Amino acid sequence: MIGDGDALLRLDGVHTDIGRYRILHGVDFAVRRGRVTMFLGRNGAGKTTTLRTIMGLWRARKGRIIFDGQSIAAMETPRIARLGIAYVPENMGIFGKLTVRENMLLATAPRGFVEQQLDRVLESFPALKLKWETAAGALSGGQKQMLAIARAIIEQRRLLLIDEPTKGLSPAMVDQLIEVFLRLKSEQTTILLVEQSFPVAEAVGDDVAVMDQGYIIHAGGMAALAADEALQHRLLGLSIAGAI
Amino acid sequence: MVSDKATKRTPSWLSWLVSDDPPGGTVLNVIMVTVLIVFALAPFLFHGVKALGVSSRICIFIILVASYDLMLGYTGIVSFAHTMFFGIGAYGVAIALTKGWVGWGAVILGTAAGAAVSLALATIIGILSLRLRTVFFSMTTLAMASFAQIVAEQWRSLTGGEDGLTFPVPAILKPGFRLLPDPVLGLTINGPVITYYLTFVAALVLFLITLRVVNSPLGLVLRAIRDNEFRVEAMGYQVVAYRTLVCALSAVMASLAGALMALLLGYNGPDVTLSFSLMIDILLMVVIGGMASLYGAVVGAIVVVLAQYYLQNALSMISSEFTGMPLMSGLFHPDRWLLWLGILFVLIVSFLPQGIVGRLRRRR
Amino acid sequence: MSEDWLDRLHRWAPYALTPIIMLIALPVMGVGPWLTLTVAGLSMGILLFLVASGLTLIFGLMDVLNFAHAAFVTVGAYVALTVLGPLAGWTAELSLTLNLVALLVALLAAAAASGILGFGFERVIIRQVYGAPLRQILITIGALTVIEQLVIVLWGPQAVPLPKPASLRGSVLIGASAIETYRLFALCVGLVVAVAMQLFLTRTRLGLVVRAGVENHEMIQSLGYNIRRVFVGVFMAGTALAGMGGMMWAQYQAVVSSQTGDSMTILVFIILIIGGLGSVSGCFIGAILVGLTNNYVGFLAPKLALGSNILLMALILLWQPRGLLPISED
Repeated sequence: MIGDGDALLRLDGVHTDIGRYRILHGVDFAVRRGRVTMFLGRNGAGKTTTLRTIMGLWRARKGRIIFDGQSIAAMETPRIARLGIAYVPENMGIFGKLTVRENMLLATAPRGFVEQQLDRVLESFPALKLKWETAAGALSGGQKQMLAIARAIIEQRRLLLIDEPTKGLSPAMVDQLIEVFLRLKSEQTTILLVEQSFPVAEAVGDDVAVMDQGYIIHAGGMAALAADEALQHRLLGLSIAGAI
Repeated sequence: MVSDKATKRTPSWLSWLVSDDPPGGTVLNVIMVTVLIVFALAPFLFHGVKALGVSSRICIFIILVASYDLMLGYTGIVSFAHTMFFGIGAYGVAIALTKGWVGWGAVILGTAAGAAVSLALATIIGILSLRLRTVFFSMTTLAMASFAQIVAEQWRSLTGGEDGLTFPVPAILKPGFRLLPDPVLGLTINGPVITYYLTFVAALVLFLITLRVVNSPLGLVLRAIRDNEFRVEAMGYQVVAYRTLVCALSAVMASLAGALMALLLGYNGPDVTLSFSLMIDILLMVVIGGMASLYGAVVGAIVVVLAQYYLQNALSMISSEFTGMPLMSGLFHPDRWLLWLGILFVLIVSFLPQGIVGRLRRRR
Repeated sequence: MSEDWLDRLHRWAPYALTPIIMLIALPVMGVGPWLTLTVAGLSMGILLFLVASGLTLIFGLMDVLNFAHAAFVTVGAYVALTVLGPLAGWTAELSLTLNLVALLVALLAAAAASGILGFGFERVIIRQVYGAPLRQILITIGALTVIEQLVIVLWGPQAVPLPKPASLRGSVLIGASAIETYRLFALCVGLVVAVAMQLFLTRTRLGLVVRAGVENHEMIQSLGYNIRRVFVGVFMAGTALAGMGGMMWAQYQAVVSSQTGDSMTILVFIILIIGGLGSVSGCFIGAILVGLTNNYVGFLAPKLALGSNILLMALILLWQPRGLLPISED
């Protein structure tokens, strides 16, 4: 089990309901500081619900959510974000009517853009520089995804919550994303990454948690899971393992 | 669902009549029975033209409010066009009787024409609800009602413009008419009395019919649409068809109420049946009485109409206590009855959203 | 993504409506009346825009439709009336400067009063009904009735005259056209405010937050912005604008009554529908269209004038059921 000191984020017996339906059942897991934790599971397993609960967009019915020693289960979303948690939702949350520049600006601290910081980000996502003054809604799916991630990392964050970033992306873009994640990893950024693609998970993840029907059915090291194909098949089913 | 106790105590013909949907709870049952008796005997109990007029008005409003609640409380449709149908029904009768036709033939023709026009317009509104989201839809119905008002005010040749139409009512409804030469139980059965009973019987019949509708399978679908439209659509029902049906039913009822109003007054004009303040009155009645409850429509109509007529007396009494204090006497001036009803309305929406009947009927 | 010419036409069509209508009207009525009516229409449109823009932003940002908006229009007009009372000396003078100063004071007072009332209104009434469209409609209609009655308690049931200041009465002659001076004043004030609003929305961080919030409420919160507080600010700004619009609307008609706000309501709703709920630019186009239509039709076919805007709305809805420039839904 991950010791308290190591865990930047810990969920403890979290139950979340949507309407009359219980989606999350006693979710227990931890995200280690400075590591990338992969969050795997089938469609509809409850992974997005978990991220939204952490972010305060949905209230946990029961249980605790501890971020760096602070309980955030009852906090309002803006406050949670201000603690240094960035969220990249599945639908990317891009403001289509605003330009790329304006989207990025919203993610910066009140002082606005800092040259170094901006250059660093644009280095990883050169396409954004070309579309700087274009309305974000006119970008391609892949470019929007880049923008969403760029927005999440332009300021130093303590935790990134990212929901299915590689969905629908071309292999070239997936590779680009993997590079960005590896770069972030080397900078000791803590990431909780929901992914459908096992190869991506393997390439980037240090730890892994697997969810099914609102329950955590496995939590442990990535390497161990990657080495154990039988376990992979049991946890994830043939449909995921081997999928791009 | 009706409890076993109720089925044991209620004779089966009565259950059938109220479609297994009694007021529920002792207090409410007593109130409703009292209301029924009082209204059945109103002309004998309350003498004077004003009282009879108020009672007739209440009966007409019961029809108007019950039909509105069918849309609002049971199906979740917020429409501001209800007064439009009320007006169309009234103008149907008014125009028929003004154009030289007389008697019941004209009344029936006018009522039918009004109902037909209302049916057509309501169908359009129902179909519109497919293309327009809730708030958009409500605003559009407001625009339609406004348009109807403008047409009525401008089309002098047909509707008499802002002055409206005055016309002769059928003979037996006229004040001079006597059904029986001698008074019965102290009451002369004249035109106004007959008019009153016409509105009372119409209200009773239409109320029971509406009660049947909301307790039928159709009623269940409507409530499902109100609560979770997507679910209903997913289950294979054509939500648009149901909404259109409700709008049509509701509109025709309002139209009939309008016809009755025209007969009651012998006059119709845009201010009587098409004004927005009338729409506000209807909303007041639905909310105060209780949404999704036809008995609520009865309670609401009674409370608000009585308030309109008698609150003013109460206010002038209070106001006279404050002579010399302009602000206070202004607050309680009899013309400010709408202020107090409005405050009541806001309080009820805030704290008692189920209305009076909803509160009394808590199990539902 | 390349757009073919049909797409591009479709995108620019809403913006082209106004110039097209103006161009069609010109030969039909002749230059003289055209200039008078166009200024009249633009000025009416911009006043309507002031009142409607607040309402549409409030709806776009928090999905709240405030049926009581007319109350703030009326309150603004009455407050302006009260403030202009003691300033009658300045408004009676034939000095443009003195008149404008007096009007400016009244405008600010109207805006402040409506804004403060808006603050209280949001706390007491609106806060209870977030996310409940039916209760919103009901409670705001009830509140509208109550506020209008209170206005009568405070200022009496009779309509009260609100005369224009001396130097803004009558008309100026430009060529063959007589253009009402007050209309020009209202047009200028309206334009200044509209430009200020546009600058705020596009050039400031707060304006950016508002625009983003209108598009995606959850995401702006996930970026750390407290949208609730922003909303209160926007609500107050909306009601303040309504108050300003109310003052000029009433003063143009030279009379204030408890029905001042109501007379605008149907037009405001039509504008919101035409423009697309939540869209400020749509609202602007809609307002100008309504103003122009009202004046052009009023001249060409007076009997149709009252209903013409509703017909305009119906036509636009047939073409674009969600309004001219709808905010995209997620």
